[in-house]
Amino acid sequence: MQSHLLSVIIFLPLLGLPALLMLRSDDHTWIRRIALAVSLAEFAISLAFLLPTFDSANSGYQFVENHRWIGDAIQYHIGVDGISLFLVLLTTFLTPLAILCSWNSIHEYVKGFFVALLVIETAMIGVFVSLDLLLFFFFWELTLIPMYFLVGIWGHTRRIYAAVKFILYTMFGSILMLVAILWLYNLSGGASGLVRTFDLPELASRLQRGYILIPAHTELWLFGAFFLAFAIKVPLFPLHTWLPDAHTEAPTAGSVILAGVMLKLGTYGMMRFCLPLFPDAAHRMAPLIGVLAIIGIVYGALVATIQPNFKRLIAYTSISHLGFVVLGIFSFTTISFQGAVFQMISHGVSTGALFLGLGMIYDRRHTYEIKEFGGLVNPMPVLMAFFLFVCLASLALPPLNGFIGEFLILIGVFQFHHAWASWAASGSVLSAIYLLWSYQRVALGEVTNDKNRTLPDASGRERVILVTVALAILFMGVASPLFTHRMQAATDSLVQQTKGLPRNDATRPPQPPALAAGQTMLLAPPQPLAQPQLLHDRSLASIAARTVQP
Amino acid sequence: MFILDHLWIIIALPLLGAAINGLLGKNFSKPIVNSVGIGSVALAFLSFAELAREFAQLPAGQILEPKSYFTWITAGQFKVDFSLQVDQLTIIMLGVVTFVSLLVHIYSTGYMAHEEGYYRFFSYLNLFVFFMLTLVLAANVVLMFVGWEGVGLCSYLLVGFWFLKQSAISAGKKAFITTRIGDFGFTIGILLLFWTFGSVDFVTIFKHLVGAPPDAAASTGVLTTICLLLFTGAVGKSAQLPLYVWLPDAMEGPTPVSALIHAATMVTAGVYMVARMNPLFSRAPVAMFVVALIGALTAFFAATIGLVQTDIKKVLAYSTVSQLGYMFLGLGVGAYASGVFHLMTHAFFKGLLFLAAGSVIHAMGGDQEMPHMGGLRNKIPITFWCMLIATFAIAGIPGFAGYFSKDEILEAARSGPNANIGLWLLGLIGAGFTSFYMFRLIFLTFFGEPRYDEHKVHVHESPYNMTVPLILLAILSTVGGWVAAPHLVGGTDYFEKFLHPVFATYAPAVAERAPEALESPGMMLFHALTGWPVLIALAGLLVAWWFYIKSPETPKKLADSLRAPYTLVLHKYYVDELYNAAIIQPLLWISTNVLWHVVDETVIDGTVNGVARVARESGSELREIQSGNARSYATWVVIGAVGVTVLMIGLWGMVR
Repeated sequence: MQSHLLSVIIFLPLLGLPALLMLRSDDHTWIRRIALAVSLAEFAISLAFLLPTFDSANSGYQFVENHRWIGDAIQYHIGVDGISLFLVLLTTFLTPLAILCSWNSIHEYVKGFFVALLVIETAMIGVFVSLDLLLFFFFWELTLIPMYFLVGIWGHTRRIYAAVKFILYTMFGSILMLVAILWLYNLSGGASGLVRTFDLPELASRLQRGYILIPAHTELWLFGAFFLAFAIKVPLFPLHTWLPDAHTEAPTAGSVILAGVMLKLGTYGMMRFCLPLFPDAAHRMAPLIGVLAIIGIVYGALVATIQPNFKRLIAYTSISHLGFVVLGIFSFTTISFQGAVFQMISHGVSTGALFLGLGMIYDRRHTYEIKEFGGLVNPMPVLMAFFLFVCLASLALPPLNGFIGEFLILIGVFQFHHAWASWAASGSVLSAIYLLWSYQRVALGEVTNDKNRTLPDASGRERVILVTVALAILFMGVASPLFTHRMQAATDSLVQQTKGLPRNDATRPPQPPALAAGQTMLLAPPQPLAQPQLLHDRSLASIAARTVQP
Repeated sequence: MFILDHLWIIIALPLLGAAINGLLGKNFSKPIVNSVGIGSVALAFLSFAELAREFAQLPAGQILEPKSYFTWITAGQFKVDFSLQVDQLTIIMLGVVTFVSLLVHIYSTGYMAHEEGYYRFFSYLNLFVFFMLTLVLAANVVLMFVGWEGVGLCSYLLVGFWFLKQSAISAGKKAFITTRIGDFGFTIGILLLFWTFGSVDFVTIFKHLVGAPPDAAASTGVLTTICLLLFTGAVGKSAQLPLYVWLPDAMEGPTPVSALIHAATMVTAGVYMVARMNPLFSRAPVAMFVVALIGALTAFFAATIGLVQTDIKKVLAYSTVSQLGYMFLGLGVGAYASGVFHLMTHAFFKGLLFLAAGSVIHAMGGDQEMPHMGGLRNKIPITFWCMLIATFAIAGIPGFAGYFSKDEILEAARSGPNANIGLWLLGLIGAGFTSFYMFRLIFLTFFGEPRYDEHKVHVHESPYNMTVPLILLAILSTVGGWVAAPHLVGGTDYFEKFLHPVFATYAPAVAERAPEALESPGMMLFHALTGWPVLIALAGLLVAWWFYIKSPETPKKLADSLRAPYTLVLHKYYVDELYNAAIIQPLLWISTNVLWHVVDETVIDGTVNGVARVARESGSELREIQSGNARSYATWVVIGAVGVTVLMIGLWGMVR
């Protein structure tokens, strides 16, 4: 009995497209309403059906659906675990807000804009639930196209430069990843001549149990290719320069999606692919990655401090905050993993909220230059009060959400490496500096620019957005166990998987006790098999049987 | 035992008040804002009173288990509960916080009566009380950190309450950021604490330490590191060297805020934290010495700056920094109870000093410069008498509250288990300075001829809602120290006796000290009243009297003859300027010119754009080949054919 819930969640946004496409392109009201309705339905479904039925004691994938797709090797295999669950929810939570915040600020090609937002939602959820490497790659690439258009068409002055930079940077990583996927496929048969596969759990299982033995340097290359693709997306220093440009030029909804969800595709990919498939390479590269992450934390914060453009400032803060996540991932402890996932969600909500607030200011003044503002709290007390609240969340003030994520990461990282955690902790001083300083220059004091004197305060629609994100921020900060509790099983199992792969190097016994206690081995250790089979789960056995016919 | 079982009620009340006033207060009339704001704190105070009553009925020696209400953070082995606990130290802190808060709330109805954003002010104040009570009641260090950061937030909001004034906003920001620098150490301290003990609960950690031989629970080196890191947080929060710079600036906030947050409660959080962590500190002698050293140095250093300030609130601010130094000196020499005792008496007399100064400023129509005052004692007699009592208390005149607590600290520094004569001397000289600058304040403000324009400034006594809190605090500034009075004649120090379980339960085993030979009670009293601290306090009074009453031209002459040191002290040793030039400006310059323009824009983007340019240009070069010109195609065909032939021949040759 396969669940179709995830398929519904993936493709529901696309169901809205025919309706949108049938509308007259100048019927803006209904275009918006339908887009909003679809995204709200999507959120409601994910909240009402996905969350309550999720089994937090189960460390494996749930709501699994598995069909043949292209040929025999490529499957439509989807599922969620405690790591991807909340990223799906984050996506379905932020998309309606992104649609709502664009209500009055998009005037050209309105239909195309909302189509792009819905397609991007499908693609992002697809990335988070894909369990087949090529399916993953398909959705991964699918996120790029609408985002390219969002920046390139509805962006600001230097939008073309930013869009091209964004696409080139990301494509560069994607190509490496594709090569690595194909390479891994070729290796996936292993010495025992199993059916080759793109299936992620199957690959992980074969690697973990020693059916595929890859030399250390091959593992390093494969890891490197995957990691580079993800690191560009995060972005990790020094691969970050596309981000400030993309953010500065993107329309508000684009920034919300970009910072809120798309950056997490990178950190998610690291957790989902780099660690369980190539744990030894991950351990070998961790010292370098950790240092780059710390540089990112400090560097992003320092460069953010002196930005004259408010949106660019927030963009740099993302580099700093995502550095925490990468650091948490490459500390290989269950606490730091949970912190990393929590921080992804938390950063999605609070940085999404910062961009939402910034978009509201932009809608009024059509500039992001900090020197154009000053004293905005006088004409817009409600909007700026919320803005301060979000800033506080972003600078990790307890008991708001940012604190939980950062603190869990710090606690976890400290178990792994004292100095890393200490360096990372300095990020909290710097975040106070750049946020409070910019808030002072934008919001406080007398109104210095006459254009700002009569700006209207938050409208009803804007208040709905602000109150929603504020409640989410507070809720995540106060009720964090509701989140981390559901991650526990998955992160524990990730810790197990990250311990290392069996090797037939001289340094390791050829058949190490890689089998965790209680795990049943479906087959005997690698030896020429009479009937090659898939190992991972029984549901695949039928496919395997079908496939193996000579 | 209702409140003992439901401790959360005490902190929920002010939170509720803050939420009601903050979210709805805009449309409330003043009486409603007042009743919500004052009512919630008054109820919190009553809950405290009930708590104290229930606590007193407990059998002696019973240690209460922390009450856990829900799990707040959990991941892997790491677990933080929302759990609260009560012991003697908590009782003292709760009493001080709720009582002084209540008085400041009442006072504020007078002081802030004509301000915009009245509801906002009370909402922030209530929120502050909520976080402060959380800090005090927390049963684990992470929850304590919540309160710790929360009071910092409220300090930021309240210092910057007048958000149109750039100096006020900057001061609020500076306060937040400077304390965050300390919190950086505090955070790492918590990380190390969890790493060492596998828990963040106070009781669990302390139980690990007890009974285990030294180095079994954690090596002295680790404990020392933990303590020093935690103390870094205290240095930021309690404005000690070298992070004290935010506190004087924080005087930009409304005066009731200065009294409550920057004198009586929040700034003492660091003292409370060290006292709370006493089982750790007691096992880390080096850390203890650092605490005492920083305390003594700050007590002395800040007192010197206080000598020459002319802004009435600035004098009090440096005085606060200095007095906090005494508290740390007390803790550092192992006299925890004395440090906490001084925390309590200081809350009374310094809270009173600020509120009285607020009354003076109110009377002067907003002027804070002492050179513009003079002769106010007959015009605002209640304020004068209250402030005089507080000055006696802080200067350490026998009989007043501050005398008992400061005397205990200096006594412990001179002859206690961790005595250090150098530190004692610093503290002693600082006490002389304290007495001097406080009486200087009194003489400049209330004595002599009026130096303001009596036609412009209509000096008037404050309304009763401001003077009643003054009188109540004045009473406490007098009698608040008497619980320790029997000690002077060889009797019991009831304050220390009350707190004894907190500092003895988890204390490391020490060799019993031989009791000192007791003198007769009469001789002891005589010695206590003629000891160094008393003499030097009187000396300070006399010098102040000489300088500002007897011969007012002396200070100026003295300043002229000591031009260089005088300028140095007047400009607060140029510490702010130093920090700005040595840290802030270089950091901004590097961020802008190196990190952003060079690394980001030139190196990384230059490389990226360079690669793109090479790709584009080679693309357009290659496009030239497809010119559509038949002759050029023919040429390429020939070149290609020749090339292939050569290649084939070569390959053939290789195969052969």
